[in-house]
Amino acid sequence: MSTGLLTLIILALATFGMVAGRARAVASAGGDIRRLHSLPTFYGRFAALLAAVPAFLLVIVWLLAQPVFIENRALSLISPADIPQGSSDTLVMSDVRRIAGGLDQLAARGADLAPLVTDAPALKAALNAAGVALQNEPAPSVIAAAQALRAMQSTSRLIMTGVALVLAVAGLGWGLSRVRPEFRARNATESFSMWLLIGCSLVAVLTTVGIVASLVFETAHFFRLYPAKDFFFSTTWNPQFRGGSSLGIWPLVWGTLYVSAIALVVAVPVGLMSAVYLAEYASKKTRSWVKPAIEILAGIPTIVYGLFALITVGPLLRDWIAQPAGLGDSSSSVMTAGLVMGIMVIPFVSSLSDDIINAVPQSLRDGSLGLGATPSETVRQVVLPAALPGIVGAVLLAASRAIGETMIVVMGAGAAAKLSLNPFEAMTTVTVKIVSQLTGDTEFASPETLVAFALGLTLFTLTLGLNILALYIVRKYREQYE
Amino acid sequence: MKDLVMETRVDAQTVKIEARKAQVFYGQNHAIKDVDVDILDKTVTAFIGPSGCGKSTFLRCLNRMNDTIPGCRVEGKITLEGEDIYDARVDPVQLRAKVGMVFQKPNPFPKSIYDNVAYGPKIHGLTRNKAELDEVVEACLRKAALWNEVKDRLQTPGTGLSGGQQQRLCIARAIATSPEVLLMDEPCSALDPIATAQVEELIDELRSQFSVVIVTHSMQQAARVSQRTAFFHLGNLVEYGETGQIFTNPRDPRTESYITGRIG
Amino acid sequence: MSGSLFTQDARTKARNAAERRFRTYGLGAIILALLALVWLLISIFSAGLPAFRQTFITFPVKLEESVIDKAGNRDPAAMAKVTTVGYGKLLATALEAEIAAKGIDLAGVPPKEITDLISQESAATLRNMVLADPALIGTTVQFRAIASGRIDGYYKGRVTMESAALDKNTSPEKLRLADNLKAAGLLATSFNLGFLTMPDASDKRPEAAGLGIAIAGSFMMMVVVLVLSLPIGVAASIYLEEFAPKNWFTDLIEVNIANLAAVPSIVYGILGLAIFINFAGLPQSAPIVGGLVLTLMTLPRIIIPTRAALKAVPPSIRDAALGVGASRLQTVFHHVLPLAMPGILTGMIIGLAQALGETAPLLLIGMVAFVRDFPGGLFDPAAALPVQVYNWTQRGDPGFVERASGAIIVLLIFLIIMNTAAIILRRKFERRW
Ligand SMILES: Nc1ncnc2c1ncn2[C@@H]1O[C@H](COP(=O)(O)OP(=O)(O)OP(=O)(O)O)[C@@H](O)[C@H]1O
Ligand SMILES: [Mg+2]
Repeated sequence: MSTGLLTLIILALATFGMVAGRARAVASAGGDIRRLHSLPTFYGRFAALLAAVPAFLLVIVWLLAQPVFIENRALSLISPADIPQGSSDTLVMSDVRRIAGGLDQLAARGADLAPLVTDAPALKAALNAAGVALQNEPAPSVIAAAQALRAMQSTSRLIMTGVALVLAVAGLGWGLSRVRPEFRARNATESFSMWLLIGCSLVAVLTTVGIVASLVFETAHFFRLYPAKDFFFSTTWNPQFRGGSSLGIWPLVWGTLYVSAIALVVAVPVGLMSAVYLAEYASKKTRSWVKPAIEILAGIPTIVYGLFALITVGPLLRDWIAQPAGLGDSSSSVMTAGLVMGIMVIPFVSSLSDDIINAVPQSLRDGSLGLGATPSETVRQVVLPAALPGIVGAVLLAASRAIGETMIVVMGAGAAAKLSLNPFEAMTTVTVKIVSQLTGDTEFASPETLVAFALGLTLFTLTLGLNILALYIVRKYREQYE
Repeated sequence: MKDLVMETRVDAQTVKIEARKAQVFYGQNHAIKDVDVDILDKTVTAFIGPSGCGKSTFLRCLNRMNDTIPGCRVEGKITLEGEDIYDARVDPVQLRAKVGMVFQKPNPFPKSIYDNVAYGPKIHGLTRNKAELDEVVEACLRKAALWNEVKDRLQTPGTGLSGGQQQRLCIARAIATSPEVLLMDEPCSALDPIATAQVEELIDELRSQFSVVIVTHSMQQAARVSQRTAFFHLGNLVEYGETGQIFTNPRDPRTESYITGRIG
Repeated sequence: MSGSLFTQDARTKARNAAERRFRTYGLGAIILALLALVWLLISIFSAGLPAFRQTFITFPVKLEESVIDKAGNRDPAAMAKVTTVGYGKLLATALEAEIAAKGIDLAGVPPKEITDLISQESAATLRNMVLADPALIGTTVQFRAIASGRIDGYYKGRVTMESAALDKNTSPEKLRLADNLKAAGLLATSFNLGFLTMPDASDKRPEAAGLGIAIAGSFMMMVVVLVLSLPIGVAASIYLEEFAPKNWFTDLIEVNIANLAAVPSIVYGILGLAIFINFAGLPQSAPIVGGLVLTLMTLPRIIIPTRAALKAVPPSIRDAALGVGASRLQTVFHHVLPLAMPGILTGMIIGLAQALGETAPLLLIGMVAFVRDFPGGLFDPAAALPVQVYNWTQRGDPGFVERASGAIIVLLIFLIIMNTAAIILRRKFERRW
């Protein structure tokens, strides 16, 4: 039975529970619903929830856990000799999965599988015809594993369907049996809803756990294949396809910091001065259209900035500055990426600074103006110092944005890992290398691919640290004026 | 409000600020209507009246703090020593150096106590060196009766003082620019009776050097510190004269009922 | 300090000059930021607008039964065996014949190379047309072939006689022949609907590359994001805003959400790769994975405005509902939520718009793959709009720069529509309590 059909049946049972629960409630009260503790619909809902929720939970958990158990059993069927040199369990297992999937398809088309599973070349041909491309003929033990996988899958399916249906019917029966006028159906359904709400807010926590777990797990895997010392202290980055790579993080960190620094040098003065002008000088009318206009910059996807760097800014800098000055002839460079990223970050600095400057109480401005200070003296000597912590927070947030930005550097900074001071040279960043190592053709379990997780963990830690610090500073600042 | 007694007194003492037919509008709202007032030199003038009658508004006209409020328009003529302060040639910055202001809520800058007081002299370039500045700061803090309390912690933030101390710090800050007129908008409303008494005493001393204008909601305070009193009602200047006369023998029935607590 | 008010002393003059300078810096900063925006838009639009126009060559093609269906029995299996090469020959002869019939000067182009003027994709188009409607066989159809990339580029100013002389894919003679065709009315430039509907094309055929699959893929992902993040986001916000007790655990959730909103998007790509693809075994390049990754990324970004919208509903409304005996849950679902809905939807649309433009995480879950077939469901391989842009920028032929910029225009139009909707919603339902 397919999962879709099972879902429909459970839903049908739940609907029945809804109607029956309601009817029973009305009947148990002798038609006088005032005798019921809750409205009749709550009794219906209660029965429906009991029918549907445990069954669905079971299905979800089962579907998540099933591959882990079954695949381990299937893997144990494969003789170690059939794992080709240089390959790994995971690669063979993915073959097994694909063969199993292909056999399912063939079976669905009514093909006779019996002769195929003993004849590897014929099987390969049949699978290719069905759209499952295999590179070489599968070994007998692999075919056996695939067959076993299919068998276990279908048994597991069968058991799951049975258990789920029993659960649904039992839940329904129990739910209906509890319908009595004095039963507090509303409270019961509501406390259930509450748990649902709590569950939803846990998704955020689960996401973090997922991020941290996947990063840490694969990074640990990476450090088993490649010494952590070399990763953190080597200054060369030179991945090789055939092993023997140097995977030192420093050239990438340098590129990241260099690009981000240029971005901040562009964005902080422009963003801050815009915010000051908007908050202190601009008329209401100017403000009402300039502020959203600048914020458009924050709404433009980063791929657009990437293309802008690639087709406009890069060639412009190369032809007008780098080449005439003899500083290099690459259109992707730290300067290109930094400049474009700076434009992107302007609204982050300006919006937050604007909020923060506006939070400085008017009485301080009055105090300063009342002593005969000019508006600019007031801004520089009273408003900005008062807003400083908040502005530092805004800049830190902008920095974390810049460090984590991917598309602009992928398209504008280049791919060469270098420790150089010349901003017109192509350099590369942590995020660029995460993309290139994970989208390349290298095998997943190799250090060249896994290093991306170590880079990801570094990036995550760095930006998280900056964010926490920034949020803390901004919050402290807000409290000061509340 | 042509008043014979007043006219003769005015001749006796020099007029510092003179307002003729002053009008203030906030957009459509006509907040001050046809106010004529002479603020005398070396005198404390009190503005009293029910809430919302325009005392603060008029006070802020006198050093053009109203310029900072969008939509606020001033008409009529206000002069400082004969010079129209709303003349196009006048730089409000220079004007405010001469006509200082202390606000209702203490608003020390988030800087050290020393820097708060030194702020005015620094921006106006009143001192030549650090020693002179130190002297000015000390003198002003002494005048504001704050020196003894803060002399050991001049470098701590001004925002860390108590409310009353903060207000005296703001007064010290205002007199450090050596203004000719000091405008005070309810300077004691956030203070306890002891701090209030200190500030009142201070105002009395300041009278020897400046002309002081004070807005207050306390009749007693007006009677205690001021020599002259102006009563505002719904944007009009109802009565202006000697403080003693206003409180003992008001001419206008509205003044009388306000003082005796029947309107307000 | 006792001079006249009407004259400014030197110090005041200097201070006023500083004041004016400061003001100018502020104005300059704003102008700089706005100029950057204008420059960005102009650069993208000028590079991308030509993608919406395309040069076509229209000529009659006789669909010879002897080539397409030798057996003559219209057996679909047999007809499917005829490759695009066969159709290509058909096109070449037809074009050559038409040129001869109209007496057009070949401008020195060898007859064998005339076919270079039309895109290699045309043969496939013709083949699909015939397979879809076998009744056409034997008849003569008026066929509108896409011109090859270089000819198309010639009419958009990208290719010139000089550049053509150095280009092994075309020659000045072919450009001249194209001009002759144009004079004869065979060749014309018109709106390029195919750009929005066709699938991607291979490296050599920028003229035939379209956004069809990318738009379909992005649309599917947005549906997934909407269906998952709206209920989960609203439920989480309701719990945190209305019910959560103040303790370390809810604090943890709050800090978590604030920080998740600022985690670099590429980290979500790593998460998707590790959890959804490697662990759960979902297929690469599939909209379901893209949708899930974008959902996780969007959730914190919509929880924040949703909570703000809930908070903006005044407590008096809750008190009123509680006062007539509604439970807390009923109060929220019957009274608070409907009032907060415009704000919630606005936040949702803006979150969706951000998700639509997100590129980096999708690169890691294989959305860069070359996909030729429209996805039939959420588990089939598909492309995505922003990733398609990236994809095209990585290709050699300069025609792809135009396509990439054109794709960005399409993306920006979607974003503008969504953001306008959000603004209208906010204006229309904005409430002052
Ligand atoms: N910034 C402003 N914008 C618009 N109207 C204002 C503004 N400030 C004051 N007003 C109006 O001007 C009138 C006078 O206000 P003002 O603050 O001068 O009163 P006040 O006498 O100082 O009152 P209080 O004793 O309460 O301080 C009031 O009607 C007030 O609403
Ligand atoms: Mg007032």
